[in-house]
Amino acid sequence: MPSLKHLSRTLLLAPTLLLAGCNTVLLNPSGDIAAQQGKLILASTWLMLLIIVPVIALTVLFAWRYRASNKEARYEPDWDHSTQLELVIWAAPLLIIIALGAMTWISTHTLDPYRPLTRIDAQRPVTPDVKPLVVEVVALDWKWLFIYPEQGIAVVNELAAPVDRPVQFKITASSVMNAFYIPELAGMIYAMPGMQTQLHAVINKPGDFEGFSSNYSGAGFSGMRFRFHGLSHADFDQWVAKAKADGRELTRADYLKLEQPSEREPVRRWATVAPGLYDAILNRCVDSTKMCMSEMMAIDANGGLGRQGIEGVKAREAAEGSDKPRTYYVAAALCTVADPSGTQPVLRTDKN
Amino acid sequence: MLDHLDLTKLIFGRLTWNAIPFHEPILIVTFAAVCLGGLGMLALITRYRLWGYLWNEWFTSIDHKKIGIMYVILGLVMLLRGFADALMMRAQQAVSFGDNLGYLPPHHYDQIFTAHGVIMIFFVAMPLVTGLMNFVVPLQIGARDVAFPFLNNFSFWMTAFGAGLTMASLFVGEFARTGWLAYPPLSGIAFSPDVGVDYYIWSLQIAGVGTLLSGVNLVATIVKMRAPGMSMMKMPVFTWTSLCTNVLIVAAFPVLTAVLVLLSLDRYVGTNFFTNDLGGNAMMYVNLIWIWGHPEVYILVLPAFGIFSEVVSTFSGKRLFGYASMVYATVVITILSYLVWLHHFFTMGSGASVNSFFGITTMIISIPTGAKIFNWLFTMYRGRIRFEVPMLWTVGFMITFVIGGMTGVLLAVPPADFVLHNSLFLIAHFHNVIIGGVLFGLLAGITYWFPKAFGYKLDPFWGKCSFWFWQIGFFFAFMPLYVLGLMGVTRRLSHFDDPSLQVWFIIAAFGAVLIALGIASFLIQLVVSFLRREQLRDVTGDPWNGRTLEWSTASPPPSYNFAFTPVVHDNDAWYDMKANQYERPTSGFIAIHMPKNTGAGFVIAALSAAVGFALIWHMWLAAGLAFVAMMAAIIIHTFNYKRDFHIGADEVVRTEDARTQQLAVAHV
Repeated sequence: MPSLKHLSRTLLLAPTLLLAGCNTVLLNPSGDIAAQQGKLILASTWLMLLIIVPVIALTVLFAWRYRASNKEARYEPDWDHSTQLELVIWAAPLLIIIALGAMTWISTHTLDPYRPLTRIDAQRPVTPDVKPLVVEVVALDWKWLFIYPEQGIAVVNELAAPVDRPVQFKITASSVMNAFYIPELAGMIYAMPGMQTQLHAVINKPGDFEGFSSNYSGAGFSGMRFRFHGLSHADFDQWVAKAKADGRELTRADYLKLEQPSEREPVRRWATVAPGLYDAILNRCVDSTKMCMSEMMAIDANGGLGRQGIEGVKAREAAEGSDKPRTYYVAAALCTVADPSGTQPVLRTDKN
Repeated sequence: MLDHLDLTKLIFGRLTWNAIPFHEPILIVTFAAVCLGGLGMLALITRYRLWGYLWNEWFTSIDHKKIGIMYVILGLVMLLRGFADALMMRAQQAVSFGDNLGYLPPHHYDQIFTAHGVIMIFFVAMPLVTGLMNFVVPLQIGARDVAFPFLNNFSFWMTAFGAGLTMASLFVGEFARTGWLAYPPLSGIAFSPDVGVDYYIWSLQIAGVGTLLSGVNLVATIVKMRAPGMSMMKMPVFTWTSLCTNVLIVAAFPVLTAVLVLLSLDRYVGTNFFTNDLGGNAMMYVNLIWIWGHPEVYILVLPAFGIFSEVVSTFSGKRLFGYASMVYATVVITILSYLVWLHHFFTMGSGASVNSFFGITTMIISIPTGAKIFNWLFTMYRGRIRFEVPMLWTVGFMITFVIGGMTGVLLAVPPADFVLHNSLFLIAHFHNVIIGGVLFGLLAGITYWFPKAFGYKLDPFWGKCSFWFWQIGFFFAFMPLYVLGLMGVTRRLSHFDDPSLQVWFIIAAFGAVLIALGIASFLIQLVVSFLRREQLRDVTGDPWNGRTLEWSTASPPPSYNFAFTPVVHDNDAWYDMKANQYERPTSGFIAIHMPKNTGAGFVIAALSAAVGFALIWHMWLAAGLAFVAMMAAIIIHTFNYKRDFHIGADEVVRTEDARTQQLAVAHV
């Protein structure tokens, strides 16, 4: 079976091809977290090849050696058990998995995206006086909103961070699930409505990198891309100044407009952001007539509103792509701008 | 006017002419082709007066062998549909770069990748697996049918009508644009208000009932109906893996049913299980669907492992190495498959300890799987390997599958998964195990048991062509995806900006074309083998020098399988019988008690598909009527007391005498 041999040669070449492949960003990224993740991929692969290569080689060898036409090979039709061999074939994978399991336990904890960074790269630890840059990320249909609370600015579809400064991303979404992914920087994490995920990472090289959504989110998904700039501290300040120069504020009303589905949005900047906007997005109450999830959870934790609570809802129309308007319900806010103290019976607000 | 409007709504719900995709030329051409082909087929059936034959001998048959064959036919037909989707995706991704947006708009492309996943898992892999288990298991354990023959027919038709609903979505309305697991909130009513997700829900619910009942059926069959002497540890390995698979089906499918019920409640009556507001939580759905979804992977692959065990032992002319350890490995995989579901969403923000736990349990599964590979390896060791087509698939599997297994373990390392999740590396991984494991196994199994089902072997030349096209095509189609994954490219994208990626997608598309040739070779093989059936005929019933009981009876087996229930002394029962100069009984036959055909399964399943279709389109009146009719059909069926009959002793004598003569001629 010369074709079998040929096949095995292709197979043995395959991993080499993979590693030599052009621009395999996962194995050669520009951020320390992604670099550690890339190293882990390589280390795990080599560890597993210890057993995979012999198995493939033995398969080809046995297939060739014990072919029916080779009458010289030993033939033992009733040989079906060997305790020593059984021990080996269970123990060999077991040992590899023990080693890999230990690597997994340690690396999963050290590279946990929720864990604040302890190093900038292999040589430099994070000193205690360094405060991470906080970026609040919102996945919208189908674009990204980045809010910088420290700088006070907001940007759509463009992200920047100073080189070697730890960044803490707080991530949520407005409508459906997405995943926030910059392969050069660090692994992905989902962006989900009403929930917050986190990612700690650092970019070690200046450059212009690609970021995108890596979890399918509907029609505009393929265009849900943004540029991520690794900048020197001076360049970063300039980048912030560009947004500051714009002068406008991202108000709640602006956000509600921005939130509407749109595709391949150009970069947009705001100099300031309405106070508490990110928390309102996370708690699904940018529209101030809705009850914030945090309030609802606090009420529920105290035993809830009882039967009355059932009526504290507001009807909304969902229209996207629908042939007829469809009504759904959201929880109504207890107090609104028009009724700041919540003295009016909130219940039945929409029953007219 | 208003009255008229309401009446239309009442009858047709939201079904209007707009639901027919006149604006999609691809769909219209497909539709025309399907109509013409279908009409041609109907005309032929009518011309040759086959309706009665089809209805009496096949559609209403409760013979496990015929039902098994119908499952396999269903799976192969749906394979063509699912593969057409794959070709369209590969073509789109090969051209859609920069200013070129490709030929598929997202609205169509998103339906295609959803339909591809749903069809390949539920309506290709599942029917093929169930079909082979249905055909082989009763024969392997020396039984005359499954435990509940009517239920078996009903299960098949539920699966078939579920597949039919998915196909209907191609031409009436549209399919889901959500990905094959339809994660909310995207699949909720707020973001997917049209019929796509409803088609998804009702297709899977109807087919799911079929799968669950067939699982119950086969578990009962294997546990209760084994031939005397066949203790659990003397069951053939394929029967063992079937038992474990069906236990998994019985335990896992109710979870799928439940989670889809919750999603339908959200969509139909405004509950908030998985919505964004009013306390809903989409992550509950993700957990539930993967609690079904991960065992599902093993539901598919365990029977394939069983097939490889049978094939490798038969074609190496040797007892299976490490039978006991093979059985324990299967059982361990069965149990562990329930402890790993979270590895499908490490990146949703679980803590490090939770992620490590599920990562490590996932890796542990590779230990029994690795042991199985070694067992096959040492079965070949000191054997006399005949490279017939089933054995080629098996060797191809062993080489391909270990690569997929390795990348799978790699994905189980959470920090690695953070960069590989949802990437094309993941796509390459699961196609590597589903094609290299499940599909190669099924094709090996079909080739291996085909002579048992039809009395002649499949033509080996075209079988070898099919194997090599599949094997080489697989590497061309999916190795580039591994590379693209490492280049940070993720799944379900219909357009790319970076032109340097294009070459890899073109290689992958070329691989898909090679696989198309593999599928074509397989179909040609079926035709050529039918034309050459007299040269390929096997009258011995044992064309491969087999080792298990199915080879002890005629090919194709008589409807009662075994004139006398065999007695088993060894786990290679037929090999043992042959070694001890077993004499086939030629006299003393008695009447055989058998179940009787019924059309009830077809009718109930058709009505349940009608209920589903009406619910999809909000035709409340039709849904109500169809539901009442379905319940009536079920109740009427319970009054059917003519459920069995006896094959007279004289007929058994005739059948067995004919075989005695055939064997005498063959031995001369």
